[in-house]
Amino acid sequence: MSTTGTPVTGFEVARSSLRHLADAQVNVELDTGDMILNLGPQHPATHGTLRIVVRLDGERVVSADPIIGYMHRGYEKLTEFRTYPQITTLINRIDWLSSFANEVPFMTAAEQLMGIEAPPRSVYIRTVLTELSRIATFLLFLGEMGLQVGALTPAFYGFRDREYVLNLIEAATGGRFHPNFNRIGGLKDDLPWGWIAECRSTMKVVLDSCDDFEDLVLGNEIFEARTRGIGIIPAGTGAGYGVSGSNLRASGVDWDLRRDRPYLAYPDVDFRVWTHSDGDSYARYWVRLQETREAARIVLQCLNQIPSGPIMAKVPRIIKVPEGEVWVETENPLGQMGYYVISKGATGPFRVKIRSASFSNVSILPWLLRGVYVPDVITILASLYFILGDIDR
Amino acid sequence: MADEPAPDAAAEATDDPADAPNPDHDTMLATLRDRLGADAVVETATAYGDLIVRVAPDRWLDAATVAANDLACDYLSFIAGLDWEPAAREGDEAGGDTSSPVQPTERTYGAAGSNGRFQVFAHVQSTRQPRGLTLKTDVDEHAPAVASWVGVYPGADWHERECWEMFGIGFDGHPSLRHLYLPSEFEGHPLRKDFPLLARVVKPWPGLVDVEGMPGDAEATPVADAGDTPAVEAGDAEATS
Repeated sequence: MSTTGTPVTGFEVARSSLRHLADAQVNVELDTGDMILNLGPQHPATHGTLRIVVRLDGERVVSADPIIGYMHRGYEKLTEFRTYPQITTLINRIDWLSSFANEVPFMTAAEQLMGIEAPPRSVYIRTVLTELSRIATFLLFLGEMGLQVGALTPAFYGFRDREYVLNLIEAATGGRFHPNFNRIGGLKDDLPWGWIAECRSTMKVVLDSCDDFEDLVLGNEIFEARTRGIGIIPAGTGAGYGVSGSNLRASGVDWDLRRDRPYLAYPDVDFRVWTHSDGDSYARYWVRLQETREAARIVLQCLNQIPSGPIMAKVPRIIKVPEGEVWVETENPLGQMGYYVISKGATGPFRVKIRSASFSNVSILPWLLRGVYVPDVITILASLYFILGDIDR
Repeated sequence: MADEPAPDAAAEATDDPADAPNPDHDTMLATLRDRLGADAVVETATAYGDLIVRVAPDRWLDAATVAANDLACDYLSFIAGLDWEPAAREGDEAGGDTSSPVQPTERTYGAAGSNGRFQVFAHVQSTRQPRGLTLKTDVDEHAPAVASWVGVYPGADWHERECWEMFGIGFDGHPSLRHLYLPSEFEGHPLRKDFPLLARVVKPWPGLVDVEGMPGDAEATPVADAGDTPAVEAGDAEATS
């Protein structure tokens, strides 16, 4: 480009256009066309085996195509070959970070079809353990999200505090990750002696740890720069894609199945549904942090109100579920989890449709990743927070 | 066990206290009938507080539009397929597999009935009010295809791809129906009832025989009658007594 506004001589005109030509030539040589980047299936940000084929123009994503199924175990088919009590083992492994929360809707579905009601004490223990799984899942997220933007410290805090909660779950159920503790009509065991006091003190640790995360991560300038305004999901688009849970509440949708379709002991406890209007990665982190606190408060309330009594209803020794179909959905840590169970009166279901949260949460990626920069892909993946077992089932 | 299509849905609706008449169901049904035409709503049922509406196959897409626009159901839970063909029988017909639960051998249909073997069903709900709805439609067994919902609910994309690969049901108007979970060269539709569980075909379920004979033992092979009376049969007798 000529610096002198209007060219004075013909020579200058020629030189100017020559320079344009030279620039064009350089651009042609540097133009590498679209580059295809294979993100995963082993990339750490993908929590397992999600592969995303990203087409890049420079640093910008032109299109992204998530390829899933590396961990597909065919649970919908397997349920047709199992009896109802055997299926608990399978559904424990859908979202393996909050296995207990996976069991609850399936057990509720079977109980509804059989006309059994779980005793109040077991309902309260179910609520407590569901919220404990939520805390464990979110503490991992709160630490790991820092890791994805380059901060190592929060990860240690997250893993350490999650271990306290996992110890509680292990003490009550016998399993850290796969409790397999629900039975149709109640629970396997009552809480061990002294567990409630232990749980109370751990919840105080969790609440303190949430304050730490607020200081460490949310107040961090670099974290804000990496997450504010990145990966914005508008409320309407998110709902259309079936994005649920904290991801949707971070987009300002005031929708929580615990409050809007009350189940377990949630009608009896007082809790707030947190929303954020921004819909970006920062908002998703913020909402999950608040929900971790809220979950700890729900646990404390439940522990104060927990009734005494039996933990199992009267259930026939051989579980036969009468003919019928039922749709049960719950608010799991990762979002809406539902089972559509169709029974034909046998010892096993005829068909189970498993609606898992991460599947729909990730299906928005082709839309969401269009036009973002490569480093932001990682923070968006981290902030959506999915579990591969919950996508692939 | 009923032979004729789904008389159970109505019966359940009356004797279950959870199925108290829901005025919102009537509102939703009235809107659906009004927008789609009375004959497009083939059959309805209520199951445990959930409204199930079976719509005519050619109005499947219109049903989604009405649900999204007029019923405020802006959220798609899932779309999935259904195969009402009875499961393979145990024993010889299931390749000697006696481990899976015994399902009825005659074909019965679930709530709101069906016109044939395949159905597509979906659950939509509202994020603004406590309201949800299950929509079903029949799919022709010989040319299985219905309209795609991608234009109404963008999230239908992956659900329909899954349904296509698992049941072989096509979705007209879907931008790219290709394999989602399975490798692209995979043949067959695994969730159809006539597709065997390959793990059991390759190796019989080992849980049936608990004790293995010692090497050189004369009765090393499992006793024949141990396989003939699986635990499920014993359970049948117990439950009825």
